[in-house]
Amino acid sequence: MNPPEKHSILKTIDLDIGYSNKTAKTIITEAINIEVHEGELVAVIGVNGVGKSTFLRTLSGVQDALKGKVLVKNEQIQQIDSLELASLVSLVLTEQPISKNLSVFELVALGRQPYTNWIGRLSKNDLRQIKKSLQNVGIEDLQNKKCYELSDGQLQKVLIARAIAQNTPLVILDEPTTHLDLYHKAYVLKLLKKLTRKTNKAIVFASHEINLAIQLCDKIILMQNKKVTTGSPKELLESGAFSTVFPEGLIVFDKASASFKINP
Amino acid sequence: MQSQKYALPLLLLFLGVIILGFLNISLGSVNIPFKDVFASIFNLEVSKETWRYIIVEYRLPKAITAIITGSGLAISGLLMQTLFRNPLAGPYVLGLSSGASLGVAIVIMGASVFGGAFAGILLSKWSLVIASSLGSLLVLIAVMLASLRLRDTMAILIIGLMFASLTAAVVSVLSYFSPAAQLQQYVFWSFGSLGDLSWNEVGILAMFWFVGIILAISCIKNLNTLLLGEQYAKSLGVSIRKNRLIIIIATSLLAGSITAFAGPIAFVGLAVPHLIRQIIPVNNHSILVPAVILGGAALMLICDIAAQMPGQEYTLPINAITSLIGAPVVIWLLVRKRKFLF
Repeated sequence: MNPPEKHSILKTIDLDIGYSNKTAKTIITEAINIEVHEGELVAVIGVNGVGKSTFLRTLSGVQDALKGKVLVKNEQIQQIDSLELASLVSLVLTEQPISKNLSVFELVALGRQPYTNWIGRLSKNDLRQIKKSLQNVGIEDLQNKKCYELSDGQLQKVLIARAIAQNTPLVILDEPTTHLDLYHKAYVLKLLKKLTRKTNKAIVFASHEINLAIQLCDKIILMQNKKVTTGSPKELLESGAFSTVFPEGLIVFDKASASFKINP
Repeated sequence: MQSQKYALPLLLLFLGVIILGFLNISLGSVNIPFKDVFASIFNLEVSKETWRYIIVEYRLPKAITAIITGSGLAISGLLMQTLFRNPLAGPYVLGLSSGASLGVAIVIMGASVFGGAFAGILLSKWSLVIASSLGSLLVLIAVMLASLRLRDTMAILIIGLMFASLTAAVVSVLSYFSPAAQLQQYVFWSFGSLGDLSWNEVGILAMFWFVGIILAISCIKNLNTLLLGEQYAKSLGVSIRKNRLIIIIATSLLAGSITAFAGPIAFVGLAVPHLIRQIIPVNNHSILVPAVILGGAALMLICDIAAQMPGQEYTLPINAITSLIGAPVVIWLLVRKRKFLF
């Protein structure tokens, strides 16, 4: 028996990412071909400065690709108008929300912005969606708190709830686990995993938590010096792709425990 | 759900503005009984014809000017705070009022320096309005350009400050060369005044105010998203460029026209949004915008009542009063909350 056909949510075709100005193009990574299906949890892994954020910005349509295509639900991202795109892709960024005076409810409610009328009035359906995403992330008890009262871990959950409330088939998160302790790192990633199972959303996130990603993700996109390797954690383990993530010497990949160790 | 929760405070603010408006009209150097104040406003029989004249030709336009200036400045303060993501932003702090002052200084004092045929044209009320709006628009554009280059929102305040001192310098150079009469005219203008406007001028001011307020209301929804920062706003389908333009036009229309007619009025724009956030703990602009309009109007009516010192002959400069009330409020907020949030 074949597993049911999964729809493609995100696909790149020969994608070159980087920066361009009038005089020069700076290519960060070339010829990226990846595909993400609904219900998949995908980690983008790579050392600092390898271009994870640029990659995610290109995937979310914030930044233009140098070459190649990004397809969201089989439609080219540049051709989707901004309001429609807002109903397809939601973001959780590393920059903290500017106004921490917002209450948790207000912040999560802003996820409904693309669907509300000209003055932003929340319909019954909007309120239901907000409630559901607060429940899904497990922060109902925080909803009347102000953002400045929250810990980093709580704030991260609130931002995730906002993205969920936006009700998009694809959620992109840029380093959702920075500033968090090990417990909250695992908690947030587990939460993302749970959300992919529960809501069938595709979730793509950048992270430095290789050990946790190997245990939790359906797929890992490994970014290394102009080269991208994709596969399930198992495939990547078998091909030995992890052993070249970091420069040689200091850290080695221990295949037996599927984790990184400091070279004694 | 949310809007109903805040209906009561909004209603109270509205009633407050009406009551303060009546108080404002009934108090002044001449004592007029309440009955006759009502009668003059509603065009009924008044005991003394001079009373009717005082009410209709002087106090009523003054009260309306107070409402327009207060609400207009407060709204431009709110728009600036959200757009620049800076709780200390406001038309005065960002140098908009300085820009307007520079425009007016050049027109009033420049007229005598450049002399001759220009003077007549330059000194009409219209040219003051245009010069002052242009001045504030120029400063706002400069601040905007700077904010695009510098991500640091503190830098924007410094640029506003620099414009203020630049203006002060140009004004002192101009005043050094201009005759006493013009200098005095400028100084009086810079004190700020709500009472010198004819009905005609109130009409012009109201027109600018109306356009500015409508523009502000038109971007209420997108102002909410801007609270998350530009990247999030963009990801929610908001056109940053378009909204930034609308906000800038609204602010320079409001701040420019108000400064032209009523002089540079400090602190109202900065303080009112913060005061409102204390009373109504909400960030949704669909509630903040009407609340700030009402709050600005109320504060200005209070300042004007204080300025005319009921029962006294003199009227204090309105700019001094707003600073006397506004500055302690800002300090109190800062000390109490230790940090400014917006």
